[in-house]
Amino acid sequence: MSKLTPVLSAHWDERDSHTLAGYQRHGGYNAMKKALAMDPDAVIQMVKDSGLRGRGGAGFPTGNKWGFIPQGDNKDHYLVVNADESEPGTCKDTPLLMANPHVLVEGVIISSYAIRAKHAFIYIRGEVTHVTRRMLQAIEDAYKAGFLGKNILGKGFDLELTLHIGAGAYICGEETALLDSLEGFRGQPRLRPPFPAIAGLYARPTVVNNVESIASVPAIIDKGAEWFASLGTEKSKGFTLFSLSGHVNNPGQFEAPLGITLRELLELAGGVRTGHRLKFWTPGGSSTPIFTDAHLDTPLDYESVSAAGSMLGTKALQIFDETTCVLRAVLRWTEFYKHESCGKCTPCREGTWWLVQILRDLENGKGSEADLAKLLDICDNLLGRSFCALGDGAASPIMSSIKYFRDEYIAHLTNGGCPFDPVASTLFASSKAGA
Amino acid sequence: MANTPQTFDANFLSRLDAIIARYPRSRSAIMPMLHLVQAREGYVTAEGIEVIAEKLDLTTAEVHAVASFYTQYRRTPAGEYHVGVCTNTLCAIMGGDAIFAGLKDHLGVENNERTADGKVSLEHIECNAACDYAPVVMVNWEFFDNQTVESAKTLVDDLRAGKKPTPTRGPDSVPTFKEASEVLAGFNDGRANEGVQAGEPTLLGLKIAKGERK
Repeated sequence: MSKLTPVLSAHWDERDSHTLAGYQRHGGYNAMKKALAMDPDAVIQMVKDSGLRGRGGAGFPTGNKWGFIPQGDNKDHYLVVNADESEPGTCKDTPLLMANPHVLVEGVIISSYAIRAKHAFIYIRGEVTHVTRRMLQAIEDAYKAGFLGKNILGKGFDLELTLHIGAGAYICGEETALLDSLEGFRGQPRLRPPFPAIAGLYARPTVVNNVESIASVPAIIDKGAEWFASLGTEKSKGFTLFSLSGHVNNPGQFEAPLGITLRELLELAGGVRTGHRLKFWTPGGSSTPIFTDAHLDTPLDYESVSAAGSMLGTKALQIFDETTCVLRAVLRWTEFYKHESCGKCTPCREGTWWLVQILRDLENGKGSEADLAKLLDICDNLLGRSFCALGDGAASPIMSSIKYFRDEYIAHLTNGGCPFDPVASTLFASSKAGA
Repeated sequence: MANTPQTFDANFLSRLDAIIARYPRSRSAIMPMLHLVQAREGYVTAEGIEVIAEKLDLTTAEVHAVASFYTQYRRTPAGEYHVGVCTNTLCAIMGGDAIFAGLKDHLGVENNERTADGKVSLEHIECNAACDYAPVVMVNWEFFDNQTVESAKTLVDDLRAGKKPTPTRGPDSVPTFKEASEVLAGFNDGRANEGVQAGEPTLLGLKIAKGERK
């Protein structure tokens, strides 16, 4: 008996799941009708009661975020959906929007109604042309159906929805950088406070939520807060998408209650690549400290993962087997953070540059054991000392990999270079082995 | 509009206005406008910067400052087909590094260069949100999943030969760089219903839950 609970993914196997007709065949937009007949505050309360927490990484309670928007302030309010999915390993929002863009549109309508926003934006990354098409089409069709625009369903509620398409900057996934980018500036994080709920887009009260968070709203309205809260764990309620990639026999998306373990998910994914064993993994993208086979039974909920020294993040489980050089993996992530650092704050701009230099030397067998202390020292100056979480993310893989695999770093020095064969870890190598 | 570069026709200028109309404040239009310039020119030209600056009442320096921040805005012409190989950690390890090295060698170009015939430009890209399909290659930001060195070489050969390969999850045929840029400027090309709704890895959990797969 599998633990899987397909809700968001329930109809992705139907050929027209991405169309309005396909979505409405299974009750699509009924939750909108129900919500628009409710008091907006009651919608906020329902989302609070459900226990839904942000699915974009930080896990902040969604209903509480909505509750921070001042009401009766005679200001424009905005809803901004963060669809700038770029965290390495993270691959849930993109297939969700490709298979069903309408669930996000419906979630946007309900959420905007709740926070009294008349204009909503979806900020989608620029590197997914076909998902952009599907999103544009879904918005067009929703306008034609009278679900967007003036006087929606005759309820006197007006909503404009604009798809804003990014242009290749990971930092724009950070909510305040995203807002600067949406305003037409370089995407650099803002100092907080003020928080977006008070001064967000165009300095107006703004809610920024992840795609999956907003896409989960219609089901909560439709089936009820109690139903949602009955899934998951005590403090991490509901279902979510877990994405397994890398050295597993069958990578893919698995929608399950929070609290499932990697051991259970690996079983569904056909196990670690045949003939190999688990070496390390990320619970929620590259910014979350890595885990090892000692964490196979850690419940994948916000609290348990945190207690074990990492973060649930985006639930992007990247699996690496024993053929993988941990230093190579960490160097590549660090090069990514260096490339994506926006340059606004010194610890991140300078720190990521030096981290890359030192790691490159170590990978080539140059340097000394003292460089490990230097790496950790730089990480200490990044973690919690940068403008935004990009700096924390850059420190996480280095600190955690030195914690678990210090000997492997040293082996590069004693070996005079990397002791691993990169061919052994490729997909082609495994398909040859399987043939 | 006396200074508007002559190269831009009325239709192009009206599309810039249509972009501005999407937003409460005009400056927000800058990013889709830059995509639209690429849709016409193949990269961000000096004339493109000028016309945006004029439309938005900004200096060209202000527009440059934005354009130079984002990787997708190019300062040199893209190939008709811009090929991106993911070399972030997971794809790199699964074979992306080998694919990128293989394509550089096969095409005789380095990172961010284009072939002499102008058909293909090559770039190593960051994680493209398709890790369950690794190693991933993008052509004009359409998905070509589960690539090998050999399949990627065949792909670029087909592109250079004028064939229009079909993305794994995308429209029936791959668009040109300019056509794709128009979509990224927010103009629907009417091809949303082409291609699959989901690939097999996307559906794996659902199929197991329904008892259709183990």
